[in-house]
Amino acid sequence: MHAVAADRVWKYFGDYPALRGADLEVPKGSCLALLGRNGAGKSTLLRILAKLSKPTKGEVRIDGAIGYLGHGIGVYDDLSAYENLILFGQLQGVARPAEAAIEALQRVGLERVKDGMAREFSRGMRQRLAVARAFLHHPQILLLDEPFTSLDDKAIAVLQTLLVGALRDGATIVMSTHQIREAMELATNVALLERGKIVHAGPRTQDMLLDPGWLYRTYGESSS
Amino acid sequence: MKQGFRSAFAIAKKDLRTELRTKESINAAASFAVVILVLFSFAFPLERDEFYAISGGLLWLVYSFAGALIVNRGFARELPNDCLDVLIASPAPGWAIFLGKAVAAFFLLLIVEFICLPVFGLFYNIRWTDSFGQLVLVILLATWGITVVGTAFSAVTVNVRVRELMLPVLLYPMIIPLLIGAMGLTTALLSGESSSADNWDSFRLLIAFDAIYTALALYLIDFVLIV
Repeated sequence: MHAVAADRVWKYFGDYPALRGADLEVPKGSCLALLGRNGAGKSTLLRILAKLSKPTKGEVRIDGAIGYLGHGIGVYDDLSAYENLILFGQLQGVARPAEAAIEALQRVGLERVKDGMAREFSRGMRQRLAVARAFLHHPQILLLDEPFTSLDDKAIAVLQTLLVGALRDGATIVMSTHQIREAMELATNVALLERGKIVHAGPRTQDMLLDPGWLYRTYGESSS
Repeated sequence: MKQGFRSAFAIAKKDLRTELRTKESINAAASFAVVILVLFSFAFPLERDEFYAISGGLLWLVYSFAGALIVNRGFARELPNDCLDVLIASPAPGWAIFLGKAVAAFFLLLIVEFICLPVFGLFYNIRWTDSFGQLVLVILLATWGITVVGTAFSAVTVNVRVRELMLPVLLYPMIIPLLIGAMGLTTALLSGESSSADNWDSFRLLIAFDAIYTALALYLIDFVLIV
């Protein structure tokens, strides 16, 4: 059973095909590392999966509530951390948003500054607030666009702990990343995107874990 | 449906709370509207009766200028930190996002309008309290029309670099029927003609405009937000 599926998805920006018939199937409870060079179409595919963008052709199927962490932190600077999370809890239809907000703040270590405005937070604290926001409603599917990029050490540790916990609870994770080493440690599956096409998809193997560049050398453009 | 209205309420509350904290658009719109009212009072040295004849047009021009400033911030408020992405990715339907933003803009514009009303009375020597109930009804109907069309165009122009220019260019032609109705009604009410048949036609025009554009915007907003 697949939690996330993309069937021959095309996306044009003007005349430029950012995705060219991308196929993807992500089994429930797995963690897919979506790899590829800059401009390969990773963010475009993730945006389509998160229903932020419509495919020009093809279709996607999503089976469950989504938690999305994109390039922006997605929190309001003029609300406190607590107010931000209550708002997102209400939008997600969480039964007790105030309690969920406190719980999420505790998970990322921000409960002591819950009434501080997000604009007053340091960069690392803002990133942890963004992580708390994405995990607030215990989503069945996590769509993470380069989640480790520009995170500080504490935020990386928090995110890894939350991702491991989510996987243990049966969530499905799709994350695009350039930080192959961090991604490979968590990933159960990998997919390599090249110029808008999935050129390889399958389980993460020991070879990939020991040598993160192996996938690019074996299946990437430079291999042919 | 129920969850959609809850989401709309949460978004409206959030927009009002952040705006009342920062006062970004309300200060700009209120001061701009008051300055225009004061300038017009010097620019047109008319007799009291002549002011009554143009009172509706004057008031609604100022209100529509202020309205453009208020609605312009509607979806632009979501741009920092990519908050719009998070709203769209949430289970909140597009119509709920739109409705929340329109309701917040409606209340913000009402605040500006009720700040301007005494200034208008003072500088133009116009008694606006005599038909206050009906005047409030006109203000509510026309303000909803401006905010619903304006919020829809705020979504259309949110990713346009010159959105501050684009929004009025799109908004004003679209609300001409609404402004004609509101201006005529306001002039009639301020001049003491509160029960003519033309007035009821104008009321019906405002109600029809609001109903049609609200329905259209709620139906079409998904096509605008997700491209």
